[in-house]
Amino acid sequence: MSAGAGRGELMGQANQEVRYHVRFTLGQRYLHGVLMTTFIGLALTGLPLRFSHSPWALSFARTVGGFTAILFFHKFCAVLLTTAFFIHLGDVFFRGVVKREKGVFWGPNSLVPRGKDFVDLYQHVRWFLWLGPRPKFDRFSYWEKFDYWAVFWGMAIIGISGYVMWFSSFFGRFIPGKWLNVALLLHGEEALLAVWFIFAIHFFNTHLRPESFPMDMVIFTGKETEEEFRKKRAVEHQRLLEKGQFETTAVVPPLWLKNFARIIGSVVILTGFVLLVLTLVAFFRS
Amino acid sequence: MGWTLIAAFFLTLGGPPQQTATTSANAANATCLACHGQEGFKSDSGKNLHVDESHFQKSVHAGLSCTTCHTSITGFPHPAKVEPVNCGMCHSGEASDVTVSVHAKDSPLPCLGCHGNPHAIVPVKDAASPVYPLNVPKTCGTCHGNPELAKKYGLPNVYAMYMDSIHGFALTKDGLLVAATCSSCHGTHKILSHTNPQSRIYRTNIPNTCGTCHAGPKAQYLAGIHGEQMQAGNAKAPVCTDCHTAHQIARVERASWQMKTSATCGNCHKERFTTYLDTFHAQVSALGYIETAHCWNCHGFHDILPASNPKSPVNTANLVKTCGECHPGANRGFVSYQPHADPRNRESYPAMWFTTKFMNLLLLGVLGFFALHTLLWFIRSVGNGRRGGEKQEEVKP
Repeated sequence: MSAGAGRGELMGQANQEVRYHVRFTLGQRYLHGVLMTTFIGLALTGLPLRFSHSPWALSFARTVGGFTAILFFHKFCAVLLTTAFFIHLGDVFFRGVVKREKGVFWGPNSLVPRGKDFVDLYQHVRWFLWLGPRPKFDRFSYWEKFDYWAVFWGMAIIGISGYVMWFSSFFGRFIPGKWLNVALLLHGEEALLAVWFIFAIHFFNTHLRPESFPMDMVIFTGKETEEEFRKKRAVEHQRLLEKGQFETTAVVPPLWLKNFARIIGSVVILTGFVLLVLTLVAFFRS
Repeated sequence: MGWTLIAAFFLTLGGPPQQTATTSANAANATCLACHGQEGFKSDSGKNLHVDESHFQKSVHAGLSCTTCHTSITGFPHPAKVEPVNCGMCHSGEASDVTVSVHAKDSPLPCLGCHGNPHAIVPVKDAASPVYPLNVPKTCGTCHGNPELAKKYGLPNVYAMYMDSIHGFALTKDGLLVAATCSSCHGTHKILSHTNPQSRIYRTNIPNTCGTCHAGPKAQYLAGIHGEQMQAGNAKAPVCTDCHTAHQIARVERASWQMKTSATCGNCHKERFTTYLDTFHAQVSALGYIETAHCWNCHGFHDILPASNPKSPVNTANLVKTCGECHPGANRGFVSYQPHADPRNRESYPAMWFTTKFMNLLLLGVLGFFALHTLLWFIRSVGNGRRGGEKQEEVKP
């Protein structure tokens, strides 16, 4: 009858057909959210400095209120990201060391690389070249693990060099001043690696590849459909079934959350692409 | 009673008592003015021959008779060819200066180009004079602000530059009589080309010319390495105008001027400037932030000294103080920062060189590997969809 009744009916149908597997906890989704937002913030406020002689860098700086504003936002995002990083470290430490939870540092649910990852890479490349069947992946594929550890490495290099420059007079008491030169060099080049990696490789591998295009919603909603889960992570699916631990839910991710994710995701991906093109052009011109 | 009568007598003659001495000249001039005093009086060829008596009476030459200057005219009718007036008969010093100046060949009467109407010349201190300080730029600008004349003589159009300069603003906006006008630097009658060693604007004379007013900076400059080199005859040593320019001198406090000035130093100090550009100081500066280190913040400006000189702000002994002006808490370790580090120079900056090499390899390795990985993946995914036969194992969400 009314529009409301019609929608309810449709949703009821959907509930009967589609069941969802929960891949990420709320905490993990928040962690990615903070990481994503602060990363974009840091990239936006850092790249104009790295490419300060490009016309767009000056325009951007003028638009946001000059270098003072840029530096403020950069430090603001840096502190947020550092906080999130340490909360994550604390969480891993608490689960793995204090509670002695199994599978944090080793096994199929851990992000620590293992032999299968190298086999998967080899087989995946064979599949790229029409030389063999596509490998079946577990909870975290080798490229997802690389994403994770790349951020870890990047956090260490960019974070440490950043704080050294921020508190340069303080650090000058312990380290020779020429390390400050190295700090800026490392900070800028590592940031460039991170930005290009995220905006080109991570965006494609996770969101833009044909199976997930235009974006993989699971990091935002926490859930993926049973079918998607089975296809994308066959090994994990099989293992959970065998152990009798496979649980699904009929609760559909709310529409507002999906739309929120779509808007945020689109903005971030678009921003990323603009920055990717601008920095590539600036890099190869200089 | 008697005084009133005498006064009345003089008044009827049309002049105040102090003009008694000039009355004879006036009487002689009256003959000339009978014709030349008529408004619109012209020669056969249409040349204006009118002389405004009221202006003439107020001029510095009011006491002279017409024939003092117009020597070739002795009566009427006038001779067929009237000789041009030679101001040098009285103003011999000025005339001989003009003769050697760049304006010598300008016209038969170069004097009038600047001094204006010959029958209305007033003292230089009179605000109505075209050579009164506040009027000088406009007077010179009649020719030197004319783009066509500038082009004809291959000169820059300096009038507009001057008017926008700190000197121009001081003169036109603030009406400062001490502000430098054209003649303050170029001289008046004896204006010489900058290629003439006698010229006030000949390269090595410039510090003295500017120093006429800017005595402080001149003394500092001569004490610094630039001044020392200039005096030693080094043709490459900069003088005032190399940094400040000649006509468009800006306020040094202006951010727009400060932003450009590191590049000015870079005109000579190329390597130092290039390596500066790689540093945080230069990056920040390029984003329009002025409160960062530019060349002069560390090296000083007029009295720049080599780093080996104990008085130099960049001498090792003074670095903590110099860096500390912006970086409170600067210490010995902090000031060993290399503000001109060159990552391409392995000998002098090995840490920078190795870091650069390492980062290049890392970027190339990681991005190269994953770019290829992604490309192959993409081609495979697209190819898979097209072939259709080998069903894609994964589904679109």
